[in-house]
Amino acid sequence: MSRPRQPAKGVDPNLLIKDAAKLLPAPSRRLFLRGATSLGALAMLTGCDIIDGPTSENALRVISNFNDWVQARLFSETTLAPTFPESAVTRPFPFNAYYAEDEAPDINGDNYKLEIGGLVDNKTPWTLAELNRLPEVSQITRLVCVEGWSAIGSWQGVRLSDFLKLIGADTKARYVWFQCAEGYSNTIDMPSALHPQTQLTLKFDHKTLPQAYGFPIRIRIPTKLGFKNPKYVTAMWVQNNDAGGYWENQGYNWFSGL
Amino acid sequence: MRRHFAKNLPMTAEFAGNSAALPDTATGSLIHPRWVRVTHWINALAVLLMIGSGWQIYDASPLFNFIYFPRHFALGEWLAGALLWHFAAMWLLVVNGIVYVTLGIATGRFRRKLLPIRLHEVMRDLGAALRGRLAHDDLAVYNAVQRLLYLGVILAGIVIVLSGLSIWKPVQFKYLTAFFGGYDTARYVHFFAMASIVGFLTIHVVLALIVPKSLRAMIFGR
Repeated sequence: MSRPRQPAKGVDPNLLIKDAAKLLPAPSRRLFLRGATSLGALAMLTGCDIIDGPTSENALRVISNFNDWVQARLFSETTLAPTFPESAVTRPFPFNAYYAEDEAPDINGDNYKLEIGGLVDNKTPWTLAELNRLPEVSQITRLVCVEGWSAIGSWQGVRLSDFLKLIGADTKARYVWFQCAEGYSNTIDMPSALHPQTQLTLKFDHKTLPQAYGFPIRIRIPTKLGFKNPKYVTAMWVQNNDAGGYWENQGYNWFSGL
Repeated sequence: MRRHFAKNLPMTAEFAGNSAALPDTATGSLIHPRWVRVTHWINALAVLLMIGSGWQIYDASPLFNFIYFPRHFALGEWLAGALLWHFAAMWLLVVNGIVYVTLGIATGRFRRKLLPIRLHEVMRDLGAALRGRLAHDDLAVYNAVQRLLYLGVILAGIVIVLSGLSIWKPVQFKYLTAFFGGYDTARYVHFFAMASIVGFLTIHVVLALIVPKSLRAMIFGR
């Protein structure tokens, strides 16, 4: 296909170069052209393959990992998400998922059990009745979606840090991984799991969590974007390896802190 | 220009670094020192990346049902890609912006070039501009409309970065978010700051093309 370029017979390559050099514009002129070319290239940038291709995507993921590190440092276990009065609750609170509302998992609460695994002392699964007997905390906070919209909701449940202590979780472990009924999953960092507002949510608006909002369990983390608040949770593992997550694996930022 | 050199010492100092590489010739003296040109073009790249990816992010949850940015102008294939671009280019924009604003203040360039802005001069120069009678013999001196627009776009840049931070971190930077009227309002502030920067860019690019020597000055410095 590609063969080396040969100058025409009888032409001295060195002379050819000298002649060509004369045709080049003055240094300043050349610079201007280069500037103009890059301007043109800039105008073409949006929607072009070079910057939307796999190479740039890898570079962007490296920066995204750096942003995870920055966000972990910005995060403070004592900085609380703003809370709101009852009157500020968004009604109706929106349903949002990668599937339609009528395709949301329909879980039978009677035989449901929350599986526990990984670096915990007591791995006994929990029924909903047992979870509902634990001390209840309540919060009215803003859920911020990665798409940009936000909605204020009223959530009740068990403080996740209390629950982790109760089951004898190794809170020195790096991650908590959540598995959901429809195949969704999330890994969150331990500091966010131990944040005082992070909640194993069983109720919305003081009533049993509706199917649309994640029955039987949603992990409500007001310091993270909505997609880091898994619904229809069936299992929780405490571990030191990052098991990724549904959206994170597709390129969304891993930490996604607020 | 000459009289400025004579009576304005900081300007001489500002030029000192470049005067060796680019000797002052009969063709004219340096209009834009190298740091202005370098930060200008890095900023141009960062702003294009931020706007392209920002439009795609906007489309995921539009603020106005009559404003939607065509996919062709958006950057990043889909929301995840656009967010990766936005939160990568933000470093370029912010670091470069900090260098630019710091040097602009420290060298006295902002004070010298952009101030003072007097209303009657703005009205006078705006009138002259609209009648096509604005002089461009000395590119080193900005007219009142230029001063207003350049200072305005620097302020818009500061607003867009701060409102962006308040959208990105409404918990960790909750007081900043509250300053912008809360999360939802901060999104509108961010949008209108973008709109004003796009408006500035339109005028800026059109005028640079009408007066090509100004484009040349931003590349070579003179």
